[in-house]
Formats: sequence, structure tokens, C-alpha cells
Amino acid sequence: MIDLSSFSISKAYNLLAAGEISAVEITRAYIGQIEKKDRETHAYLEVFEDALAQAERAQKKIEKGEASFLTGIPFAIKDNILIKGRRVGAGSKILENFTAPYDATAIKKLKDQGAVFLGRTNMDEFAMGASTENSAYGPTKNPFDASRVPGGSSGGSAAAVAMNGALVALGSDTGGSIRQPASFCGCIGLKPTYGAVSRHGLISMASSFDQIGPITKTVGDTEIVFDAIKGIDFMDSTSCYVEASKKALTTFRVGVPRKLLEIDGMHPDVRKNFEESLQKFRSLGFEIKDIDLPTTTHALAVYYIIVPAEVSSNLARFDGVKYGFKKEGKDLLEDYLLTRREGFGSEVRRRIMLGTYVLSAGYYDSYYGKANAVRSLIKADFNRVLADVDVVVTPTTPTPAFLLGEKVNDPLAMYLADVFTVPANIAGLPAISLPSGFSESDGVKLPLGIQCVGRAFEEKTLFQVGKQFLGE
Amino acid sequence: MIDKSDIDKLSSLARIAVSPDEKEALSGEIDAILSYVSQIKGASSGAGGEGVLAHTNVLREDTHPHETGIFTEAILKEAPAVKNGFIYVKKILPL
Repeated sequence: MIDLSSFSISKAYNLLAAGEISAVEITRAYIGQIEKKDRETHAYLEVFEDALAQAERAQKKIEKGEASFLTGIPFAIKDNILIKGRRVGAGSKILENFTAPYDATAIKKLKDQGAVFLGRTNMDEFAMGASTENSAYGPTKNPFDASRVPGGSSGGSAAAVAMNGALVALGSDTGGSIRQPASFCGCIGLKPTYGAVSRHGLISMASSFDQIGPITKTVGDTEIVFDAIKGIDFMDSTSCYVEASKKALTTFRVGVPRKLLEIDGMHPDVRKNFEESLQKFRSLGFEIKDIDLPTTTHALAVYYIIVPAEVSSNLARFDGVKYGFKKEGKDLLEDYLLTRREGFGSEVRRRIMLGTYVLSAGYYDSYYGKANAVRSLIKADFNRVLADVDVVVTPTTPTPAFLLGEKVNDPLAMYLADVFTVPANIAGLPAISLPSGFSESDGVKLPLGIQCVGRAFEEKTLFQVGKQFLGE
Repeated sequence: MIDKSDIDKLSSLARIAVSPDEKEALSGEIDAILSYVSQIKGASSGAGGEGVLAHTNVLREDTHPHETGIFTEAILKEAPAVKNGFIYVKKILPL
């Protein structure tokens, strides 16, 4: 019997290659776990009926000696990444009857290796949220404590991996949507450099921020999945993979933006755990330096101007004409008005309207124009600092997983959950969240995470730091 | 301050109907978010202007179109209303 809690891609690969286990047995073990756990957790919106058939095909590939690392590896896929011929809906009612007409490039690459897709995972509608409570299909629960959120927006993907309901998962990250749920669920989450992974076939939220990335239990697995899905793609003109320098460092310089950590609402356990993590880096021989990123104090404000602006443009396509849900009105205009009111949830409607506001005549320069100017300063700030240090480290989130319902009626409080993750998206830099310990609340252990932000296209550095930090 | 008439305008620009009782909540929420993000008005933006992401437009030659009609069926299959091989919408101009 496989011990799913300590399973990894390289273990699976070795066992499969040696014929000690079959791809079908692996997939069956995960499906068994989903049946046991997902009634409560609700990580999955759909478990694919043909998962075992996919595993059988992978097994044939292995027997023919055509296996690669991901052959027969069971994946959970966030509900905003297209798999040809399957339902995909971005957690929204407005896409309730939509079937993907093509494969996302990341999916195509996994398929080519013979990966198994177990199902599609729950998410905040159109990836807008930090708790998965904004899903039109009900919230996902945190596998560590069902009264708490798994984080979001890739909450279903993180919960699926945490409950051993998938070996690895794909999520998407616009402002922390991979790293924050990974942190809340005790997993590893990578937001790649902007452009490193093709966005073709990812349902757009904010196109200058969105990236697909893995959620896993080991840094080694994150690296394998990232290497499989990265690369330039003809279908995404912003994809631009640059091979980083190959110099093999063993110790790293770690920058700590002390000022950024002086925010209100930081949980004392997070602060304590962060200092312990720095101590761990010191004991690994890493150099710890205080750094200053003065403009990042504006990062969240910049984010919540540019993202709604891009959202209002990207989501204009959902009007009940070309695809998805439609609500009939008395004329075409009323079709639009009613379809979008009933098809979108409240956070999505709010962001579209906010984006409409910041882009409208008279406000464009003072909001959108100004935010873009500050965005380039934030990027310059990071570039300056990352000339002196190899990674910038912060906690991933200011608190451990919060309670269901705690922030759902206060959009601004929900936005603040992203305060440490948003800067990397604004600057387009790669960032990884690593499990760093636990906070204990009423006898329940809640995972905590630290985040490392690296130089553009230097994911490799993040993997090396992560492996040392976690003792892999 | 965002008031109900601003919400009406946004509702019309964004093509999203808003019910009367939603207007109050929305104006409060959008107001709170705007007052938070307005902090950037005071941020020094230095030289600014330079593109954040070191990306340039990637264009291809406008040649070799795909064969006419090969995607039509798949696309039309997703449309809520179809008539004679076209996506169907209500008439805009009155007769």
C-alpha cells in the first residue's frame, strides 16, 4: 500500500519504472482518498470518470518504456485551466455549461508526458478571492480544520494536495492565489516568473499578472512540474523563457524587508515563526541582510487598481452571446445587463465596476496611469535589492488560515490577506511558498509558510533555497 | 464619495444590472476600496512611465490563415442561441 502522505513524483517514477506498482494502483489510491475526504473538504468540483482509463493508458506507455517523470502522475487541475472536451468554469455560474474546445498549453505538455487528470478543483470565481468562498459552487474547507478556509483562489488545488487527494496540482496566481492557499494548507506553491509558463488556455483574470504554477508536497516535485510546463509558446506572446545562469550556489544571501513586516494585523505566531525561519537560514550558513523596498508599501493599492481594470476588460466577453449562461431580457441590452448580474457573483461584479471606475474618463490618469507608474518603481526597487541578495523573504501570509465567513463580507480585509504575495506579481518575479511550521489554535495545528522571491527566470535558486530549508 | 448615481453610471458602463438595495452596499464597498487605493496619489512616481514587464509585442506575418470553417462547429456549440450557422442575438434597430 502506498503511503500517500510521503509520496512524491520521483518515488512514483522509480516504483513505476521498477514495476513495483502500476499507474492504475496509484490513481486508484488517490480516488479512494478523494471518496473518503472530499465530502467534507469539497476540494473538487468534478472528479473525472475516466481517471482510471487515463491511468491505464499511462501504464501502457510505461510498459513500452516510453515513460517520463510525469507518466501516470495524478494531477488535480484548477477549474480555470482548459482541458479539451471537459467542463471548465472558473468557479462561476456564467460558465456553468461551458466545455473547453482546446487544451491549455500547460495541459498539452502534461498530456504529452502521460499525466493523469483526476478532476477539476474549486476556486474563487474567476480567481478573485483569498478563501475559495467566492466560488459559485460552495466553499472548500481547510483539510487541517474544516471550520477554516483553505485560502484562495486556488483553494481546491491546495486542499486536494493537502488531503492526499492528488499527488500534485496546478493552480494560477494573480496576486498570491497559489502561494497563499499552499501556505494555509501546508503545501509548497510556486508562482513562476511572468512569462515563464504559457497562459494560453488559462481563463484570464488580470493578464499582466496571471501565471499558472504547481502546488506540491516537495520542492523536488515543484521543480519537475515547473520544468514540464514552462517555455515559450507561440500561442502566448508574453511567454519568454530565459535560461538563467547555471552557477551553482550552495549558500545564499537572504534579504528581509523589515519595514514591510511592520503592518497591522500580523499574527504573533507568524512573526515568531518567521524569526525562527530566519534562524534556520542562518544555521544553513545563509547570510541574512535587512533590505529596504520602500515602494512596496503601495503594492496592494497598485494591485487593486490595475487588476480590476484588467478584469473589467477581460470579463467584458461574458455577455450571454458567444458562450455560457444567458438570462433573457426584453432586448439585447437587457440580455447583457441581466446575464452579467445573475451570472457573476458579488466580488466579480464589484471588481468589474471598480475597474470600470478607474478606467473611466476623468479618473484614468489619477488611478490607472498613476498605478502603472508606481508599478514600474516597485519593479525597480526589487531589481535594485536583488542585485545584493539572492532572495527576498517574508511570511507568505500575515495570519494562518482564517475562519469561514470571517472576511467574506469585508472585501478590503480579504484583500489584505495578499499583502505579502502581491509585490512579486506586480514586479513579475518568481516566488515560492514553503511550509515553515504551525500555529496552534484551540488544540488545532494550522500550517504557516514563508515566501522567497527571486530574480526573474531564476526559479532554480528558489528550488535550491527551498530544498535546503526543508532538508530535501 | 461614490453615491448611488455613480453606481448607476458604472452599472450602465459595465453592463451589469444593479438592484436598488445592492446600490447602497456597493457604493459603500467601492468607496472603502477607493479610499484605500487612493494612497497612491501621494506616492512619488519618479520618472515612471517605463514598461513594467520587459515584453515587446510579438507579431507574426499576416499570412497562412487556417482553413475556413474548421473551428465553426466547436465555437457555435458553446453559444446559447444559434440560427442557420450564426450566433443569434436580438435585433438592435427597431423596424
